[in-house]
Amino acid sequence: MAGARFSGGAAIEPSPLAVEDRPLARLPAPSRVYVPMLQHQGTPARPCVGVGQRVARGERIGVALDEYSADVHASCSGVVRVIAARECGHPSGRAVTCIGIDCDGGDDFVTLPPLPGWRQLDRFELAARLQAAGIVGLGGAAFPAAAKLATASLDTHTLIVNGAESDPCAGSDAAVMRLRGDDVVAGAVMLGHVLSARRVVIAVNAALMPALSALHRARAANGDATDIEVVELPAHYPQGSERQLVYTVASESLGADELPRDRGVLVFNVATAAAAWRAVAHGEALVSRVVTVAGRGVREPCTLEVPLGTPIADLVAAAGGYAEDARRLVAGGAMAGPSLPHDDIPVAKGTYNVLVLSSAELQLDAVDMPCIRCGECARVCPSRLLPQSIVADIRGGDTATAIERGLDDCIECGLCDTVCPSHIPLLHWLRHGIGEATIAASERALADRSRMAHHARNARLAMLAEERSRRLAERERAALANRGPAAPSAAAMPDVLAAALAKARAGLRSDNDNGPSGS
Amino acid sequence: MRTFETAQAPHRPPARSLRSVMLLVCAALLPGTLVQAVMLGSGVIVQVLLCTTFALLVEAVMLRLRGQPLSRFLFDGSALVTAWLFALCIPPLAPWWIAATGMLAAIGMAKQAFGGLGRNPFNPAMVGYVLVLLCWPLEVSRWGATPGDWVPGVVDSVRAVITGAFPGGWDAVTGATPLTVEHELMARGMTLPEIQADARITGSPHPASWSALAFALGGLALCALRVVDWRTPLSVIGGIVLLATPPWILDGDLNASPLHHLLSGGLVLAAFFIASDPVSGAGTARGRWLFGFGFAALVLVFRAWGPHPDGIAFAILLMNGLAPLIDRYTAPRRFGQGR
Ligand code: SF4
Ligand code: SF4
Repeated sequence: MAGARFSGGAAIEPSPLAVEDRPLARLPAPSRVYVPMLQHQGTPARPCVGVGQRVARGERIGVALDEYSADVHASCSGVVRVIAARECGHPSGRAVTCIGIDCDGGDDFVTLPPLPGWRQLDRFELAARLQAAGIVGLGGAAFPAAAKLATASLDTHTLIVNGAESDPCAGSDAAVMRLRGDDVVAGAVMLGHVLSARRVVIAVNAALMPALSALHRARAANGDATDIEVVELPAHYPQGSERQLVYTVASESLGADELPRDRGVLVFNVATAAAAWRAVAHGEALVSRVVTVAGRGVREPCTLEVPLGTPIADLVAAAGGYAEDARRLVAGGAMAGPSLPHDDIPVAKGTYNVLVLSSAELQLDAVDMPCIRCGECARVCPSRLLPQSIVADIRGGDTATAIERGLDDCIECGLCDTVCPSHIPLLHWLRHGIGEATIAASERALADRSRMAHHARNARLAMLAEERSRRLAERERAALANRGPAAPSAAAMPDVLAAALAKARAGLRSDNDNGPSGS
Repeated sequence: MRTFETAQAPHRPPARSLRSVMLLVCAALLPGTLVQAVMLGSGVIVQVLLCTTFALLVEAVMLRLRGQPLSRFLFDGSALVTAWLFALCIPPLAPWWIAATGMLAAIGMAKQAFGGLGRNPFNPAMVGYVLVLLCWPLEVSRWGATPGDWVPGVVDSVRAVITGAFPGGWDAVTGATPLTVEHELMARGMTLPEIQADARITGSPHPASWSALAFALGGLALCALRVVDWRTPLSVIGGIVLLATPPWILDGDLNASPLHHLLSGGLVLAAFFIASDPVSGAGTARGRWLFGFGFAALVLVFRAWGPHPDGIAFAILLMNGLAPLIDRYTAPRRFGQGR
């Protein structure tokens, strides 16, 4: 086992799909794919093909608009039939522009020119290739790989390739490690080389025996991989979360507002590393991904390689269809994945898992009881928070106190929720609080901005007023000076005289004080 | 296209429910209760049943008054635990109005009046016990049987509980626990060896020590099942051992041994089942150490200088009052803020 064990968390058996050693089934392209233009965090790509245009698999159909974006490619050969907004399973229900391609079954695959000289690339050149190949984080977060690379610390001492696979229902990373171990190792070597990382660690859940042996084999076969470490992680949730992973592997405790790069660490998912390698060595764009279809709500849970944009319904069909008792559809892990309203939602780059759960696997009729302060939630919280107190604050509408108690440190792992004997939907409330806090923060930013604008305006007005009075005073002085020595300057006059003069002037002013211009 | 109901993550089977936690606590109380029943008579069981009935009655009325759904709260098991613990604190032949008043105070006042389950700052069973102790000091300290005595049967017990009169041939005056006798005699300036010679104490160990062992067994099971945080009983017992050993070594004639402290009165019961009440106790891990230790210290203080033979209930209530403060100063350091 590597390094220190983080506090909290819970031992969780990996999914049987992650442990078993079965070949990967390749799902053929469906009759139509809907490829979303936003499959990553950041800015959506802009469609660069027109309706009616023929595209080949691997051809670019969406262009990244800025550095926090990634190109999007056709996942099958065929004709573009429709470009329209569709629901893509975004938790907010927001629709995303999708390109619908009628697949013609052709298997031409357009690739970018391979880069055999990758050793000479700097991180920005590599980033450019990863963006052009549409590589994003495949562990679920879907952060553009190019942006991660380009913003890495110049002194990146440790590169961690994350194979923790700690969600109890996920298995796609395990399949990638098991079946594409050489790509994972080569990707780790390449990323480590380009970043000049001193330590390159492939960190793997110790319970995934087939994956581990595949990686060891691949490491032995790769002449460049002698310095790569393959370390075993405890089968402990949420070991795959960045903070916990960095803590275990690199002994760095990240604060709530820190990213691994702030400590000279960079984390890539195993599937991302493999895809990055294929993009460089073979010029392959990201047009398919490995997905596990899990849960007792499907008849034959399995792991599939799926063209991006395939409707989830097709994946379920490939897994033997729904079992009678299918109650909930989830995209992602059982602990934190969003539940979907229907299955006509395309697989995106971040869809590592499709989970169909039966009622036996859910707390459907659990009634939410008052908190008895048993402390179970605090015992398992990997961020060492007191979820019961934070949630009490959030429910009472007191987000400020919740933040004081560490709401920002919550990684939304959902563990507290799964152990609560009172069946309080803690994660729901925590997310609610995080949402409120975000709104409050942006309102505060807005208020700050308008307050600043207000101050600036006041300052400007004050400046103008001062300017005007200065000019008036000057004019007055000039007028007095024009009258000659009869009106000597105040400084030159004896005090008594000055006072008398001032009195006279005041009297004069109040006499003809009828208009606004008294002087 | 198939549609689904959406719901919030996590999508996992339900955790052990509140009711099963409460029922586990009751199951763990069972061995100790049975031992007590064997030693002191079936009145022990009669009291448990009687208190449970009153508890449910008061709970139902109060829930109605507060406009809370009966279906959600009446059988959540918490009233059962309160009733059971209270029943173990009072003598097996205590008249029925003790149970009634105690439950009224425990469930009606200490629990429901403060907002019901999870809201009570003080342990309801202990509030109930202290109230009846103050109202009927005599009835609540007539424990009846000492070793070798005749143990009343079911019929006698029920009759005694209903009428409030002890069965014939029962010498109520001798019915004091060893702790009471000790307390009395020590107050008169006698040393422990002299007290040991007292007729009311000699003989086989008092039932309290056997039931203490049985309660410890159940309590340990609860710790293993993580219903009870092991820190609480360990800090209570550790606190007693740590604090009672030096005086005992210095003068064993005037100060009882730590083992004697542990096995007498309801200390084990309190360590595993009462101090560990999460609602009225400390909530943080470090806070639980403090809570248990503070409780142990207070028990020793009350036993040495208090007006009552055993100060467990007072010690618990005092610590309950301190719990929010303890929690405030023992919040765990967050991840990323050092160990
Ligand atoms: S696990 Fe549930 S009942 Fe226990 S303290 Fe946390 S929120 Fe309260
Ligand atoms: S969801 Fe947040 S509060 Fe709950 S256990 Fe995870 S990190 Fe802690």
